[in-house]
Amino acid sequence: MSVGKLLPHDSARLHVTGEARYVDDIPRPANCLHLAFGLSDTARGVITRADLSKVRQSPGVVDVLTAIDLPHTNDVSPSVHDEPLLATGEVFYHGQPIFLVVATSHLAARKAARQAEITIDPRPAILTIDDAMAADSRFEGGPVIWSRGAASDAIHTAPHVLDGSFELGGQEHFYLEGQAALAIPQEAGDMLVHSSTQHPTEIQHKVAEALGVPMHGIRVETRRMGGGFGGKESQGNALAVACAVVAQKTGRPCKMRYDRDDDMVVTGKRHDFRITYRVGVDDQGRILGLEVTQLARCGWAQDLSLPVADRAMLHADNAYFLPAVRIESHRLKTNTASATAFRGFGGPQGVFGIERILDHIAAAQGLEPIAVRRANFYENGQTTHYGQTVDGFHIPAMTDALLERSDYAVRRADINAFNSENPILKKGLAYVPVKFGISFTLTHLNQAGALVHVYADGSIRMNHGGTEMGQGLFQKVAQVATRCFGVPMEAVKITATDTAKVPNTSATAASSGSDLNGMAVQAACFAIRHRMSEHFADLWGISSDDIIFADGSLSAPGGHSVTFAKAAKSAYEARVSLSATGFYKTPDITWDRIKGQGRPFLYFALGVALTEAVIDTLTGENRILRTDIVHDAGSSLNPALDIGQIEGGYVQGAGWLTTEELVWDDKGRLRTHAPSTYKIPACSDRPRVFNVDLWDQPNHEDTIFRSKAVGEPPFMLGISAWLALADAVSACGNGFHDMDAPATPEEILKAVSRVRAR
Amino acid sequence: MDIAFLLNGESVTLRDVDPTRSTLDWLRDTQGLTGTKEGCNEGDCGACTIMVTDEHGAKAVNACILFLGQLNGKSLTTVEGLANGNELHPAQQSMIDMHGSQCGFCTPGITMSLATAHLNGDASHDDVLAGNLCRCTGYAPIIRAACDVAEHGVTEDFDPRAGTMPDEADDKDITRPETTDELAHALMTMPHATLVAGATDVGLWATKALRDLTPVVFMNGVKDLRDIRITDDEIRIGAGVTLEDLRGAIAPHHPHFAEMLRRFASLQVRNVATIGGNIANGSPIGDAPPALIALDAILHLRRGSETRAIPLESFFIDYGKQDRRLGEFVEAVSFKRQPDRLRAYKLSKRFDQDISAVLGAFNISVEDGIITDARIAFGGMAGTPKRATHVETALVGQPWTEDNVQAALSAFAKDFTPMSDMRASAEYRSKTAQNLLLRYWHEDQGLTTSVLEVQP
Repeated sequence: MSVGKLLPHDSARLHVTGEARYVDDIPRPANCLHLAFGLSDTARGVITRADLSKVRQSPGVVDVLTAIDLPHTNDVSPSVHDEPLLATGEVFYHGQPIFLVVATSHLAARKAARQAEITIDPRPAILTIDDAMAADSRFEGGPVIWSRGAASDAIHTAPHVLDGSFELGGQEHFYLEGQAALAIPQEAGDMLVHSSTQHPTEIQHKVAEALGVPMHGIRVETRRMGGGFGGKESQGNALAVACAVVAQKTGRPCKMRYDRDDDMVVTGKRHDFRITYRVGVDDQGRILGLEVTQLARCGWAQDLSLPVADRAMLHADNAYFLPAVRIESHRLKTNTASATAFRGFGGPQGVFGIERILDHIAAAQGLEPIAVRRANFYENGQTTHYGQTVDGFHIPAMTDALLERSDYAVRRADINAFNSENPILKKGLAYVPVKFGISFTLTHLNQAGALVHVYADGSIRMNHGGTEMGQGLFQKVAQVATRCFGVPMEAVKITATDTAKVPNTSATAASSGSDLNGMAVQAACFAIRHRMSEHFADLWGISSDDIIFADGSLSAPGGHSVTFAKAAKSAYEARVSLSATGFYKTPDITWDRIKGQGRPFLYFALGVALTEAVIDTLTGENRILRTDIVHDAGSSLNPALDIGQIEGGYVQGAGWLTTEELVWDDKGRLRTHAPSTYKIPACSDRPRVFNVDLWDQPNHEDTIFRSKAVGEPPFMLGISAWLALADAVSACGNGFHDMDAPATPEEILKAVSRVRAR
Repeated sequence: MDIAFLLNGESVTLRDVDPTRSTLDWLRDTQGLTGTKEGCNEGDCGACTIMVTDEHGAKAVNACILFLGQLNGKSLTTVEGLANGNELHPAQQSMIDMHGSQCGFCTPGITMSLATAHLNGDASHDDVLAGNLCRCTGYAPIIRAACDVAEHGVTEDFDPRAGTMPDEADDKDITRPETTDELAHALMTMPHATLVAGATDVGLWATKALRDLTPVVFMNGVKDLRDIRITDDEIRIGAGVTLEDLRGAIAPHHPHFAEMLRRFASLQVRNVATIGGNIANGSPIGDAPPALIALDAILHLRRGSETRAIPLESFFIDYGKQDRRLGEFVEAVSFKRQPDRLRAYKLSKRFDQDISAVLGAFNISVEDGIITDARIAFGGMAGTPKRATHVETALVGQPWTEDNVQAALSAFAKDFTPMSDMRASAEYRSKTAQNLLLRYWHEDQGLTTSVLEVQP
């Protein structure tokens, strides 16, 4: 049936015609009000005066709210209630919402918000990693430390010892659709909220708290997002709560969307890191002992920083066996926007760290970078530093395939020749493997629900807890449903995620969407299928096991056959329930995050990439020339969608490490708060040659049709772009490039000067 | 202002509207045409791309910074107007077939850029799409879609000018002059008016600074300001010439100028932004002035019936201060025909659609191995576009050798004390300014110096 087919995105036609509705496109209800936040212009301080009279007098303004006007809980944190919707006397970052303007239009609200006269008595702000370390400003008391073996001893006795430190920048999500919410009051105090969110249940939860009502009074609907990437896991809470509170107060519908500059200033981003290390290696570049310290800048509130930092620690090994290792993780509290989830959720920082260390080892010992990586690969059956047995690890075979398909040996020689002939331009070529753990590390989140209805005409309506942000989840899950019932795609209606239909859902995050929701939908479909089979087994006088759902029909040996539509009608008339919920929880996972021990992941998603790049040693300008990828999506539910995730993830990962530079000034103000100054990859930045192959082997774990999660893992393949640029830098002189990330032209030029000076 | 135009083939006449309202807001808030998206509200993401057609052809334009006042007499096509009933436009069909959409939010804008390029037979996909950001796909499937659309011939079915233009489009309005004389008169009458050409900069005063711009005079309808006159002696470019038109016109004479303009903002911006605007706004990071200064360009200004001509470089007095009097406007810029020795190097974090950290323009003449003339100008190195006079002096009269180029590099420190900002540090600017002179020299020796020329 449809599983495994290259079907387009379910909304593709709606996308290209402009009919696809996002929150701001929903026809505006009569009387709708528009909201905007007034923001702090100071990174840290005490509000000594807030004169909002000019805001109130501004044309179109209906109301202005501050923290004291909030009826119940003033909190939009997804974790520890440390994030007031509106500041309560103190501000903790530049851009923090202080007051809320309610006006008759979006523009009127924005204009009014700028009329405030607020005096903030500044306090010393903790802005950088160094500031935070000096002030011991952190979450979780002290650093989290996980270790295996005696890393220090292993390093001490190792033939070679290296140490280093580097900076790794953050990343703005730059979802094309900014944050948005629309709250519409219902009868009896209920509230309907349309939210551009990856986590409708959390929106429901926070709105219920803010309105002082049980969760049953709040219904959250999310049809689609214009991109999420983790940036809509918790960052939509503020808008939805603001809309709901004002809607409750005024009885009028309320809409809020951030202008792009506000969105970039107010919301959190990927955590930037400093990583320091000491590593002991043998003559082949094999790691004998490793000590790593990860310093993560978390911003002013905790948000999801603890699990993000955990995942960075969990991925400090990437694809490599670390016999003796000590990882120390500092979760630093700073007066900047609260860093949040972003595709990979700390994993990319962990992976980048070990890859850069391996580059250092290769350079220091004059070894081939790929050989050093091969020397350190896991073998199946070895355990990770957190005690999980590594299974299904076919990175070595994937690497062989990649290097062969990409003509590695010949190109390496060609590039060396190019570099010896060209004084100004230098090419680089680099490989990266990715092993990424699949499951939420907070074990209870690994559950999903679904609701499936079969109508009497044989059409099917399907709901689950996952949200659609572009990844094609809805189509993949619909393919699962059509496969279960043996019906064509047209038979299945894909509908908006709705907390009234499927409760207590987890965020669509951690690449888990199709793994969890596909299984839940399958369970619901099987329940209905079972009832229909029983019904026809009775009718036909055969065993229900002999009934097959395929090609739009139910059939059985002996010439029995009925169309699915007629079968549905027949079952309905026989009073058979044609509606079912489905539920799934990931089996076999356990995790103690304090000890750092257990089996946090059901399995690992794998991928390998090889990137060729060129740099200009006069300016640092650079280009990604070619990328080859072999990625393991298991038995792909939809190769077209999976390849889309791989191509898109790669370019987003490469953007993180190249053009995407976040710049704050010494007052804690983000200077790159619009696409004019923050540069995500443009069309011509994609690799000139871009070959993506799927590994196409079934997942050894029992996942939905033996597929593998694909949302986040390919992001880290983009690290090969940075490594290729670093390789080109290395071609300019002797020794280790010692380059930071992102590799902007400026950073590359600095690194070139460094290696030339050696 | 009264404004009349065609929207997806239907006549529209607006009475007494705020001419600085953005076309995007108007489409979404009053017409229910929500297919056109707001991604950034500053013309940098392309999610709001629409097609605007007039006597100059069909152009992709950003609706978020397109004022209603610029629309009079034009034909607008939005994504809702592309399909012919149930039959999708080839750009739409190819985007579906090649999996070109994921979240779908950039898709209407991408589709409009592809449809416009298709109509114009423009197959330079990377340039066509440089102004359309996509965060999901990595662009690979969108390029497949672009190639696929190009396979389809332009169909007769799709005509962006179909429909009957309302007669009101011919109505006169002093704030919408049609000749240079009318413009001069309007500005003498309303000397404090905000002068709007393409609105690619002024648009942000409205959408981001939230400024009230009234009164406004729109100069995009002034036909005789759009002339490019090329004689045996000089090239004269009217202030109203768009950067995209300039790119085409200048390419045969100074191809590196044209190549720099290819990377100037995006096609959506170049389609409306004018050379006059790029000069008159006095930005230290406008890309055209350094190149023009290196060409020894003359600026032609007009106030009422009075005209004057000054060297372009003297127009830029200080940061935010230009030699323009109340009621005066830029009429044209001209420079002598000359052998092409111009190179304009644009450095930015991202190649396409980025504001320059440094723009170096070099025009160095060499006769018999001796440097006979050098005009070097930079953007991003000072508060204004500025010549490197000390470097020029160090070079002129010297043999054209690497040693002499190296010897001249120290003069950059006398010419420039750049600043650090989010685009680059002062050190990077200083270092690369020198290196660009080295690049010019190496390039002159036939060496490949641009990563854009390297193939995998």
